[in-house]
Amino acid sequence: MVHTDHDLLTRRCRLMGRLSSLLPALLFILTCRFWPAIVDGQTYLFDAPWLPSLDLSLRFRLDGLSLLFALIITGAGTFVSLYSSSYLGGHRHCGRYFFFLHAFMLSMLGLVLADNLLLLFVFWEGTTIFSFLLIGFDHESKTARENARQSLLVTGGGGLALLLGILLLKIAGGSYIISSWPAAGEMVRQHHLYPFILLAVLLGAMTKSAQFPFHFWLPNAMSAPTPISAFLHAATMVKAGIYLLMRCHPLLGGTPAWTTALVLIGGFTAVWGAVQALGPRDLKRILAYTTIMALGILTMFLGGQTAPALTAAVTFLMVHALYKAALFLAVGSIDHSAGSRIIDSLGGLWRAMPLTAVAVGAACLSMAGFPLFFGFIGKEIMYEGALAKEMYPVFAVTAAVLANALMTAVAAIVLFGPFFGSARAPRQQIHESPWTMWLGPLVLGGVGILFGLIPEWVSRVLIEPAVRSFHPGPEEIRLVFFHGLNLPLLLSLVTLCCGATLYLLRHRACRLVATVVEKLPATFEGLYNLGLSGFMNGAGLLTGRLQNGSLHFYLAVIVSTVILGVGWPWIGKLSGIFGRWPESIDTTALALLLFVSGSVFVVVTARKRLAAIGGLGGVGAGVALIFLLFGAPDIAMTQLLVETLTVIFVSLVMLRLPAIEQARRRTVRRRCLDGGLALAGGLLLTSLLIGVGSEPLDRSLTSYFEANSYLAAHGRNIVNVILVDFRSFDTLGEIIVVVLAAWAAVTLIRKPMEP
Amino acid sequence: MEPLLACLVGLLFAAALYLMLSGVLIKFVFGLALIGNGINLLIFAAGRLELQQPPLIHPGSEILSHPVANALPQAMILTAIVIGFAMVTFLLVLLYRTYAYTGTLDADEAPFQEEWREDDSCPEPLIRTQQDIKRLRRESEL
Repeated sequence: MVHTDHDLLTRRCRLMGRLSSLLPALLFILTCRFWPAIVDGQTYLFDAPWLPSLDLSLRFRLDGLSLLFALIITGAGTFVSLYSSSYLGGHRHCGRYFFFLHAFMLSMLGLVLADNLLLLFVFWEGTTIFSFLLIGFDHESKTARENARQSLLVTGGGGLALLLGILLLKIAGGSYIISSWPAAGEMVRQHHLYPFILLAVLLGAMTKSAQFPFHFWLPNAMSAPTPISAFLHAATMVKAGIYLLMRCHPLLGGTPAWTTALVLIGGFTAVWGAVQALGPRDLKRILAYTTIMALGILTMFLGGQTAPALTAAVTFLMVHALYKAALFLAVGSIDHSAGSRIIDSLGGLWRAMPLTAVAVGAACLSMAGFPLFFGFIGKEIMYEGALAKEMYPVFAVTAAVLANALMTAVAAIVLFGPFFGSARAPRQQIHESPWTMWLGPLVLGGVGILFGLIPEWVSRVLIEPAVRSFHPGPEEIRLVFFHGLNLPLLLSLVTLCCGATLYLLRHRACRLVATVVEKLPATFEGLYNLGLSGFMNGAGLLTGRLQNGSLHFYLAVIVSTVILGVGWPWIGKLSGIFGRWPESIDTTALALLLFVSGSVFVVVTARKRLAAIGGLGGVGAGVALIFLLFGAPDIAMTQLLVETLTVIFVSLVMLRLPAIEQARRRTVRRRCLDGGLALAGGLLLTSLLIGVGSEPLDRSLTSYFEANSYLAAHGRNIVNVILVDFRSFDTLGEIIVVVLAAWAAVTLIRKPMEP
Repeated sequence: MEPLLACLVGLLFAAALYLMLSGVLIKFVFGLALIGNGINLLIFAAGRLELQQPPLIHPGSEILSHPVANALPQAMILTAIVIGFAMVTFLLVLLYRTYAYTGTLDADEAPFQEEWREDDSCPEPLIRTQQDIKRLRRESEL
């Protein structure tokens, strides 16, 4: 029975995944239709107003950079959806998964297409939220929940900084229209708010793109399902920060602050990420650290101003998206088939999983930057860019060579570890994954080879339009298959040699990295945890103090807040209201007032039930008579009826309750406190009411009812007409309240509660 | 006349607050009943008390021919009285049931002190499915 259910679920999940992969596939084809025109230098624009008062419009623009991102997003999205249809198997929350996945994809597409900065921010937050939901997809696991929260807090905090930057930009005279930025750059860079704008935007970009010191959330985000890691945390979402930096380049870039911040932070992130990649044994975590390295490299090159540096960034973005998505998907396949992704418990898988092995081989060689692969082209242009003068060439070249060497070693570890060496499990137990799971890595890896063979074409149709859209200039942008014997080639050779050496020393390096990471006196993740637990403890302490379970305390806080909040501004106007006593006092009214006051006194001081009930009835009856005296017979009648019923109910209930005199009496101190509060409240209300009476009265509503009571509603009793005609829905609501209260009371009386 | 009535409203409020702050739940309900009366009087007095004729249109005429008391606050108070009554009645029954369950009416005693749970685990909900509802109904019938 259970088995059939599971089969059904698996089938449904597979169908759902395959059908839903049509969405990104169609979007990919649609994007391709615009491609030729973009290469010719055209752009597409869609503009519709959304909130004109906030300068927020649904303005989308497709240019070279957006096209490149859109192709990556929809292309990777297609393979990831297809892959997930098998990877998820018969997961219970399959539908939820695909919804989150595609909602994320559309947010990401919106982000790269938006031409209005506020609109971009809306989509930016969308990606944050769906990333949070996807990291915490396995919501029954505490780790997954904590990691999801961590990524939400870090990237969400950065998002808030970005919003601040957007608003500051507006104050500084910048426009929300992104395509208008190249012209406005000089003015914004000269503005005295520029440093703050830069800081806020960089905070947004660097939290999203996991730059040091905010990098720690990315490895933890690996608790997401593997296809999600491939899609969000390698190919697309973490590149949102990079995308933002590219877009901001013509507006905010080019200053010493920009270059220094990006080159230093990016370079350090790249090397530190690559070093840490040597430490873990979990393939996914290794890949996560290499992603940090890649993001660092991208950030570093965006610090540059020249065409080679920016070309290097765009090229490496593509290189990385291709090989990293392939590798993540392949690791998911390994995990799926061999049941583990710990590198030490894997080996010799190439016989069992030949297609995955080929895909990983292609991706890893591209990652290591071997000639013939796209990664090689990327690395050559990278060194060419790093040698540019304006971005600290010594630092940049050292960082790039070091990071790439480490990357080469990691690529070798990822390739040789699981696929070669001795098999750790009987071969017949492990089998190649279904076609949906090997197709993606194979195609992505294959494209990596293909692009490596035709770099001129790639640079003409993809790289150049993308670079031109944020770096318009006359410089030549071209990737070539072979640059000739020059410095970048030499650096490439050095990199490969260093990488090979590192691979041979990998066990020692791994131990070293583990020791160093362990010995660090304080990490930023530790700082985050400290801050979070401090916040939680503080909130707990505060809540415990405020919500201490004492009714008296709650009431006292509420009453004193009202007294202070209302009374404080009122106290200055008090002087005018007293001294306006009436000339003549109606003796009947005075007698009634005294009667009610006496009854109130009886209720407060009563030590016997009967006295309390009597006092309560006296107050009610007295108030009814006051109503009668001042021209309100309807209320007086109702009040008398209701008070009679109340007295009956109170008597009935009090018979079953302990006598009042048994109740604990307040201490003198507390009585004084309560009395003071009560007195202050009473005085406040008295003075307020006198104040209200000294203001002119607006009788326009009453006049309307008086004039229309008979003519429009055909009733002579104006109060009744208001209740049953003009405001009859209010009366209906009142009746509903009474019915609900009666219903609840009957339920409580009828059903004895188990103690 | 309003200043005097304002004093009465203040008295009703002060008495009600004093009773509600006592921590004895039955006194709390008394306080609530008093505060209801006080608020009704407050609305009434805010609509002015100079005129003592009830807001009625005499038979034979179509519009008011003489000044009458303000009808609008009266309509509001009428609604408020009924709702206040419903609330007091419900509270009385709740009080009765609470006493049967806890054996005390002192809000400062142990059964009324909320517990601060350290772990963030949620208690199991009693009702999840239709079967649970049926089961609970069966149990309550037994």
